[in-house]
Amino acid sequence: MAKQRISGKKIRVLPGFKLTLGFTLFYLGLIVLIPLGAVFWKATSLTWADFWHTVTMPTAMASYRLTFGASFFAALVNVVFGLVVAWVLVRYEFFGKRIVDALVDLPFALPTAVAGITLATLYSQNGWIGKLLLPLGLKVANTQLGVFIALTFIGLPFIVRTVQPILEDLDPELEEAASSLGANRWQVFSRVILPMLTPALLTGFALAFARALGEYGSVIFIAGNIPMKTQITPVIIMGELDMFDYGKATAIAVVMLVFSFALLLTINVLQWWTNRYNTHNLA
Amino acid sequence: MKILWNTFLAAALVLSAGAKEIKLLNVSYDPTRELYTEYNAAFTKYLKAKTGDDVVVSQSHGGSGKQAQSVINGLEADVVTLALAYDIDAISTQAKLLPADWQQRLPNDSTPYTSTIVFLVRKGNPKNIKDWDDLVKKSVSVVAPNPKTSGGARWAYLAAYADALEKNHHDDAAARDFIKQLYKNVPVLDSGARGATVTFAKNGIGDALLAWENEAHLALKEFGTNNFDIVTPPLSILAEPPVAVVDKNARRHHTTETANEYLKYLYSDEGQEIAAKNFYRPRNAEIAKKYAANFTDLKLVTLNDEFGSWAKAQQTHFADGGVFDQIFQPQN
Repeated sequence: MAKQRISGKKIRVLPGFKLTLGFTLFYLGLIVLIPLGAVFWKATSLTWADFWHTVTMPTAMASYRLTFGASFFAALVNVVFGLVVAWVLVRYEFFGKRIVDALVDLPFALPTAVAGITLATLYSQNGWIGKLLLPLGLKVANTQLGVFIALTFIGLPFIVRTVQPILEDLDPELEEAASSLGANRWQVFSRVILPMLTPALLTGFALAFARALGEYGSVIFIAGNIPMKTQITPVIIMGELDMFDYGKATAIAVVMLVFSFALLLTINVLQWWTNRYNTHNLA
Repeated sequence: MKILWNTFLAAALVLSAGAKEIKLLNVSYDPTRELYTEYNAAFTKYLKAKTGDDVVVSQSHGGSGKQAQSVINGLEADVVTLALAYDIDAISTQAKLLPADWQQRLPNDSTPYTSTIVFLVRKGNPKNIKDWDDLVKKSVSVVAPNPKTSGGARWAYLAAYADALEKNHHDDAAARDFIKQLYKNVPVLDSGARGATVTFAKNGIGDALLAWENEAHLALKEFGTNNFDIVTPPLSILAEPPVAVVDKNARRHHTTETANEYLKYLYSDEGQEIAAKNFYRPRNAEIAKKYAANFTDLKLVTLNDEFGSWAKAQQTHFADGGVFDQIFQPQN
């Protein structure tokens, strides 16, 4: 993580800056910008009034609240528990550690529809977990809670995998030094460990959050998809497509894109800021 | 062994010299999988006997709307056999792959078989569900797919609406009230018919499932007759899943003749029997009589009589801000 700033003339380690930058721009353009540009282009087939009417219709508004809200909280929960999982995997040796380590990646690899059906079966009123929760008055399948659980499931690996390498590099001697200087456990955690992990946690949060926003397969099976209540935005987009309203579908997609981009940009800025703060304070 | 192999090769060569191998792609919707598997085998045999040509029919299944989109976006279907005419209309208007009057090209508005919407209920029918009215009772929970994303769901919605119209002397406001109450009783709106069946049969949600008649029979086969009963309401809609040759694709593949033959044979005695065996109501009265045990009698109303046309029904009920959307919006 050490960054060296050399005043005056910039020295580049890798040669061919122009070539690699050119390639980067070309590649990003081909893979990301052209498809996204097409989405914007397609959305312009609507008049401004139609566009506004479509993206602000009550069912769409309710779906943004659910999609962004559930994604945000799922990512937040994963930051806490993902950190715990990463901590355990890095700091302790125990039987079956490799297996646990591999399990973390499963939500990456599992087709999302399979995840969705599995979760729906588990949490439905007949399911193993749903049966236990029902007497407590807790319904998960076909409620907003179900959406949140599905998004938590798919988001976990992002946090663990971004925090893990940073934790591995973290020198336990720093913590020992802090304790020998009189810091209690909480102080060691909040003043020494957490600041160093914050950039990685933010990255993990951003990835999990972004992934959750676009998630479709795992959510539709457990959500119930009732308009105004448990319908996520991608379902509304699918509905428009199924009625051959490509313009409207892309209009709603554009709203999601713009908001997602704004949020990710904010998180990136935040991350850059904490990074600078760290280098400044720890140097 | 080697001699046998050589004879086989020689025979294959001789055969292939005379007959062509023709490939057809039938793009269909979800519940027809079993129907077309059986029908394709029969058609292959029939064509072989008639022209000597070998035909290999591939099937593609999925939600009707999604399948239509795929064809619009370039999936090379020679024929489409979809859940509703609206989806084939879209292929005609958006991609111009077949003429607008495609539905007039084959008998019975190009629907060789029909179906309807029935209820699948738990064994013994504990909530005593017999008619559409029973579905809006407070204690009843109904599973149905989302009409915005599923063709079958649109038929189910329209069947309920038609029943309310018939019972209320075509009073539209009363019918809207009824449909509102009905969908208030729906805890899960799956995106497709198969998904709804799984929600009801496997996850144990709901007292009744609004299903295609053939899908309900299939569910009985799949999940066991001791778990569910089929209830046929006194009135339902005549669901007409149409078929059409996709002219431009077929012409490019030089399969127009075979594709036409493929659809025409659906109207033959054998085609009609296969449909009936798979719980689609055959158009042929003789065959229908023969398989009467498969189908309960009921009053069937048509889309055109009750709603005018698909375009109209779509506009009033399923478009954004339409009747279906209003069901879920808070009163103001």
